[in-house]
Amino acid sequence: MTACDFLHAVFDPTVKPPTGLTDGMGHPAGRRFDIYRNNVINGLSDALETAFPILRKLLGQKKFRSLAMAFSRLYPPTTPIMMFYGSELPEFLTQFEPTRDIGYLPDMARLEIAFRESHHSTDARSVDADELRTYLTQALDDARIGLSPAVRMVQSSWPIHAIWRYNTIDNAPKPVMAAEDVFVARPELDVTPHLLPAGGYRFIESLLSGNGLGAATVDAMRFDNSFDLTKILTVLISTRSVTSIGT
Amino acid sequence: MNASMHSFDHLPNAPGVGFKPQHFVDIVERPGAVEWLEVHAENYMGHGGRPIAQLKHLAEKIAISVHGVGLSIGGEGPLDTDHLARLKYLLNWLKPARFSEHLAWSTHDGAFLNDLLPLPYTDTVLTRVADHIDEVQTTLGRQILLENPSSYLAFDASTLSEVEFLTVLVKRTGCGLLLDVNNVFVSATNLGFDPTEYIDALPLQTVEEIHLAGHDKDQDENGKPVLIDSHGCQASEPVWALFEHVIDKCGPKPSLIEWDTEIPDWPILEAEAARIASILKASVA
Repeated sequence: MTACDFLHAVFDPTVKPPTGLTDGMGHPAGRRFDIYRNNVINGLSDALETAFPILRKLLGQKKFRSLAMAFSRLYPPTTPIMMFYGSELPEFLTQFEPTRDIGYLPDMARLEIAFRESHHSTDARSVDADELRTYLTQALDDARIGLSPAVRMVQSSWPIHAIWRYNTIDNAPKPVMAAEDVFVARPELDVTPHLLPAGGYRFIESLLSGNGLGAATVDAMRFDNSFDLTKILTVLISTRSVTSIGT
Repeated sequence: MNASMHSFDHLPNAPGVGFKPQHFVDIVERPGAVEWLEVHAENYMGHGGRPIAQLKHLAEKIAISVHGVGLSIGGEGPLDTDHLARLKYLLNWLKPARFSEHLAWSTHDGAFLNDLLPLPYTDTVLTRVADHIDEVQTTLGRQILLENPSSYLAFDASTLSEVEFLTVLVKRTGCGLLLDVNNVFVSATNLGFDPTEYIDALPLQTVEEIHLAGHDKDQDENGKPVLIDSHGCQASEPVWALFEHVIDKCGPKPSLIEWDTEIPDWPILEAEAARIASILKASVA
């Protein structure tokens, strides 16, 4: 028996268990090998269920479980850090027959990955809101702002923010078709999603690439001329996402 | 819990529980009989946020034991040095009272199975596991504890018993043992050996930590009972009896309730811890 044989048989139920396994009392191990098969697949599926609670809710327990099992057989974890397991799931959802036609699922999976990454990201102290406002009134165009390591964004042609709200908040309105970009932040220890205003995604992307506020504003305006700098700065300041400021 | 009675650089001979984030407030406010906590190393390998904030807070109040589930010490290939470096980083800032891992493998050929898989007990495997333990202890700069596994099957290839295997490992590497009495009972039932004889044959003086947990009951295709190490309910009475036997033989030890699935409300864990406390006290009296 090698670990290779064991591993292949654990992941593929059509592969015969390795030889030389017994029940400890002189009989072949028989179905006891299935206990390891079940433990491995259920353990990985449980980890995915913890990581993607909204997907699980959208698909229902049974469908999510069959998705998780199919995914974990094809994409077992590559490190023991299960909190980051499942990064290939958005792509997998577009190939998995039972889910491939549900267009918004991959973006919901991306949003849940963004939540997890934000939850576990490095702690950073945010710039005091008053100090920030004073600074920005003096040197708006030249200012460069650094954003918290907890910041994530997901761009979607689906109403993913509304879907998230509908599945997590009592009495939230039913989602209506719209393209929604979501900003994910962690003001303290709780991760929160925010609907990005028009041009907001492009603006933050520009900031993250190293541009100052002036250049990022130009970028955002080019993309959508209804871009409103005050609105996006309010999102960044209220979520304590600005961690440095300078020129 | 009385901070003045002990420092947090060793585990007290008292009850502990496996920490679950949903019990954070309960533990801080009313730890009851619980005097130390165990955390899974891999859950604290993120970069920041609530998990690490909670752990830092707890480490100021109570002794912590770190339990690794991903090092794959029994693996056929070399140890994952990236993972070992992550462990070293965690242990360096947290400075826990203990670090333990498993006699098992979980990684092969770049795939991590998130489960503790069994090993044949042969001289070749013994040498490899001993080398891995040496490497871990050298890298981490501390003694580690190795936990006995729960088994559902055995290997024709084995030439040593599990007790013989563990005894030589301890002697060769200087590691200690984490004795999981539920695992002993589960394996004994599944593989048909006597759990008390197993315990009596172990080098009990090297046991530095004890685990108790619940198991599920099933049977194989021949109608023989098979126990599953589920950690999802109270420890069974035969497991408590084995625990009392261990404590009778070696005196009070840091003893922990592991409950990882179907996690109960805090008062239930606290009551399990109180049961441990009464057994430990009785052994001294």
